[in-house]
Amino acid sequence: MKWRYFKQNLFLGVVRLSALTIAISLGGFLFYIFVNGLGAISWEFLTLPPRDSMTKGGIMPAILGTIYLTSGAIIIALPLGVVSAVYLNEYAKQGPVVRIIRLGVNCLAGVPSIVFGLFGLGLFVVFLQFGSCILSGALTLGFLILPTIIGASEEALKSVPQTFREASLGLGISKWHTILRIVLPNALPGILTGSILGIGRAAGETAPIMFTASAFFTAKLPTSIFDEVMALPYHVYVLATAGTHIEETRQIQYGTVLVLVGLVLSIDLIAIVIRSYIRKKKRW
Amino acid sequence: MVAVQNNNIIETRNINFYYGDFKALTNVTMEFEQNKVTALIGPSGCGKSTLLRLLNRMNDLIDGTRVEGEVVFEDRNIYDPDVDPVEIRRRIGMVFQKPNPFPKSIFNNITYGPKLIGVKNKSELEALVEQSLNQASLWNEVKDILGQSAMMLSGGQQQRVCIARALAMKPDVLLMDEPTSALDPISTAKIEELIEELKKDYTIIIVTHNMQQAARISDYTGFFYLGKLIEYNLTEKLFTNPEVSQTEDYITGRFG
Repeated sequence: MKWRYFKQNLFLGVVRLSALTIAISLGGFLFYIFVNGLGAISWEFLTLPPRDSMTKGGIMPAILGTIYLTSGAIIIALPLGVVSAVYLNEYAKQGPVVRIIRLGVNCLAGVPSIVFGLFGLGLFVVFLQFGSCILSGALTLGFLILPTIIGASEEALKSVPQTFREASLGLGISKWHTILRIVLPNALPGILTGSILGIGRAAGETAPIMFTASAFFTAKLPTSIFDEVMALPYHVYVLATAGTHIEETRQIQYGTVLVLVGLVLSIDLIAIVIRSYIRKKKRW
Repeated sequence: MVAVQNNNIIETRNINFYYGDFKALTNVTMEFEQNKVTALIGPSGCGKSTLLRLLNRMNDLIDGTRVEGEVVFEDRNIYDPDVDPVEIRRRIGMVFQKPNPFPKSIFNNITYGPKLIGVKNKSELEALVEQSLNQASLWNEVKDILGQSAMMLSGGQQQRVCIARALAMKPDVLLMDEPTSALDPISTAKIEELIEELKKDYTIIIVTHNMQQAARISDYTGFFYLGKLIEYNLTEKLFTNPEVSQTEDYITGRFG
């Protein structure tokens, strides 16, 4: 009897410890970034371009660049991903072809991001002659997050009860309208969750954009999607490895990381608020 | 068997139905009379629900199924290649076993279908909602809460919303797949009364597990066993003086 209770408590302890470890690592990481980066944050830091070989000044062009690239990636990947998921989940006959497509999507999710970068360089920058620019970078990032969005959308579509589809089709409503009016609206919270993960990944990646979109330094702000931009993760990478002033710019590096993390978290927060609002409205 | 005389709205002719390699229905030929209630009874897995879903092509939605034979509705086989199943389902509505309202307001549940087939006028939609809910004897209970989610209603009320939703499409036939099996006795009684009312305007075909229910509400009853139509007769005749011994065994509770 006692042994059983001991085992139960032991197991509970292990489970609690794992959960706590995750919470503490995340909290510790955020705290470390915050403490080290806060000193760099000022109005000038957020609104001015870098100067004096990037050892002084702000990071405004990089913030803007990351926002452009991330939004571009979502604009490209969200419709494509949702439509693919609708095809796979609602239309395609479940068989070998669909299995191969799913396998492909999963493989795509496992491809190292530098490979996406080289792919983007080869296809968009060189072959299609877009050059290194927002468009090439956003397309590359879009492909990078496509599997995340397809996966999340498929899960979300699967979670819509089959009885809703039957109810609509049983009324004599076409499949297309059933998907548009019943299935997609009810899958939306789940699809948004997928996009949140995608946004976080797209904003934080360095490798896919270093050949396709980001400039080492440019004080000029982009005026079209064919302009090169600075981006937060690449800026950190450049300052921390490639410059001659690595030690002097430590503060700027931490500050940039803090801004990047803050940016991703606030995008997440917006999406979470939208999602919980939709969830509250629709329940079954 | 007493053949149903004229006034048939749907007929099945030599229907065989397969789920993959499994033959779920064998050579089912039956006629459904207009403005009558026909009950399909039999033990679980006997094919009664399969037959019901064949009548408005809901089985199309399941991968790997195959139909042989004909289902004739208004002089044409609904399985002809040029027939649009969506069109058929508008004329032959369906109410399911588990109440399945959409997560929308009561009002929008009813207007969902009509809006999509082109009823746009607001007063027309309002009239349609009142009429359909009245037909489903739900209007008095919900007329003040039409804007509330249908998911908040009780199971019995939800099922009547589903019936109203089907009626709003103005079908000719209403298929009901064990519509009361998930409901309490009082809700069940209400739905049974409702079916009695509805047969004035609609033809009703109902699958039920409950033999008393079949006896109470239907004019004709078909007894299915192992994918075959064993006996099809006037309900009164089938329950008091069945012609086939298997039917008698089933209705007296010897198996099933």
